[in-house]
Amino acid sequence: MSTPGGGVNLVEVRDLSVELDGRPVLSEIGLSAGGGEWLAVIGPNGAGKSTLLKAMMGLVEARGEVLVDGVAVRGLKPRQRARLMAYAPQSPVLPASLTVFEYALLGRTPYISYLGRDTRDDREITGSVLERLDLSALAARPLGRLSGGERQRVVLARALVQRAPVLLLDEPTTALDLGHQQQVLELVDRLRLADGLTVVTAIHDLSLAGQYADAMLLIAGGRLVASGPVKEVLTEPLLARHFGARVRVEGGADGRPLVNLIRPGD
Amino acid sequence: MGERVSAVVDAGRAGAGAARRRPLALAAALAVLALCLLAGLMIGAAGVPVRGIVLELLDRLPLVSANSGLAPVERGLLFQLRLPRVVMAAVVGGLLAVAGAGYQGVFRNPLADPYLLGAAAGAGLTTTLMIVLVQVDGLVPIAAFAGAIGGVLLAYALGNTAGRAGGTATLVLAGVAVSSFLSAVQTFVQQLRVEQLQRIYSWILGGIDGDWSKVWLIAPYAVVSAVVLLAHGRLLDVLSVGDDEATSLGVNAVRVRFVVLCAASLATASAVAVSGLIGFVGIVVPHVVRRLAGVSYRVVLPLSLVAGASFMVLADLVARTVLAPAELPIGVVTAFIGAPFFVGLLRATRAVDT
Repeated sequence: MSTPGGGVNLVEVRDLSVELDGRPVLSEIGLSAGGGEWLAVIGPNGAGKSTLLKAMMGLVEARGEVLVDGVAVRGLKPRQRARLMAYAPQSPVLPASLTVFEYALLGRTPYISYLGRDTRDDREITGSVLERLDLSALAARPLGRLSGGERQRVVLARALVQRAPVLLLDEPTTALDLGHQQQVLELVDRLRLADGLTVVTAIHDLSLAGQYADAMLLIAGGRLVASGPVKEVLTEPLLARHFGARVRVEGGADGRPLVNLIRPGD
Repeated sequence: MGERVSAVVDAGRAGAGAARRRPLALAAALAVLALCLLAGLMIGAAGVPVRGIVLELLDRLPLVSANSGLAPVERGLLFQLRLPRVVMAAVVGGLLAVAGAGYQGVFRNPLADPYLLGAAAGAGLTTTLMIVLVQVDGLVPIAAFAGAIGGVLLAYALGNTAGRAGGTATLVLAGVAVSSFLSAVQTFVQQLRVEQLQRIYSWILGGIDGDWSKVWLIAPYAVVSAVVLLAHGRLLDVLSVGDDEATSLGVNAVRVRFVVLCAASLATASAVAVSGLIGFVGIVVPHVVRRLAGVSYRVVLPLSLVAGASFMVLADLVARTVLAPAELPIGVVTAFIGAPFFVGLLRATRAVDT
């Protein structure tokens, strides 16, 4: 397994807490994932899923520790941190006239000095990522003329161009139709298996999360309420208690749990 | 002209990357600027032959000697009147356009202009005070410079105490408040001395005059601010995807914004100091550049500098020749020529939207 960072791509979070305007939003969250593992962060709306990813990336003030292969990320300079973790927000800003290539090239930013410029290497790495994601034909197209699925792939391309061992993806499938959801998640799955990338996604679709993730973290009200293998977290009692939802969890053909809503009277 | 524009647009659509056409676009813009400068030197109350101008300029270069055949009167006209004026127009136009592009990058808004944060109102107030109270014409540039910088600093300080540090929305609102307040004070002072109205207004409407001492006065600030702005093109591109993502890419968005704002404000203040308040250039030139050459600030900043210089040289040429020997205020000319051209360009390039 080839790993960009040379380590085992282990990401660990210890006692991460976030307060916004004096109100605790996240309390002492801990997690650990590594070596090509896919961790899904689930929880009801407002649970703090996005905040957790932002805090890991250093976008909001937080207390606690975030380690990538044992290196305390929060003490690093932003450029060095960006070489260890790549982040794609839930609704990325995509300037309409920027071309796909120009946008993906931004992923090289952590490797370019303050007043430096991109090198041939940077452009080649960008080009090869675009090729790998079947985006070469779109390289010169402005972002404003992409479909939803293409857009999500381009955001993913930018994150991959960053060549960080840990990928933080906030709701990568929001606003995509079923086919494109599958396409994007398959792509992430292929990449992490091929490159040993550790993937942490905030995701609200529990069945999708159950299909692709290896492990899950359930947070509610800013607190960690369950974590572990998918089967242990996606259980009827936990979902009933924290989502207020009446669901039936069934084993699919491959043994992965499927979450179905129960209609009254069923 | 129309052919060239559509050729550039086609090249832009067909080209695989902005990087490839960047040197070409810059070379074309520099060629246009050279033509504009020559026209500015040639045309006027007394014409000077183009061959004479070129040879005379070559003669001034070290190790080159050429006999231009210009009469001493023509030579004096060229070096004491035309050249400083054309250079001044180019410097002012370039500074305003590149400052506008810088502001637009910082505020992620193509409608931001160099006067957004109170530079114009600040300069207007201090200049009015200078004209009304001290009445020393030689000090007007320094007063305008200080006023422009002061206005921006006030807006920045207020914006940062009132809102989240480095946020842009509060900063713009602070700029609006500071501008209105300073303009109100300026109007008040001006109404106290109605007899000075003419002088105040002629400064506000803007004008270029050929005076080497003014060129040298702003040269250091012009050079520093332009170099800093041009160096930040790549980082402004990173900021265009939003603060969170810029931060996740390892860029300190607040610091980049601060540095670019300082440089753009310095450029604006330098231009305002020697030419008054010339509108339109700072907002429209970068926009034209974007339409023709793409939105990357690595292209927009240098091309705005060069295109702004060309535009102002032409505008000044019109301002001093159309009603000669009278002169039109240059701010009137920039809008009068610029607005129809801009509308035409918007229609011609409708497909590409920013």
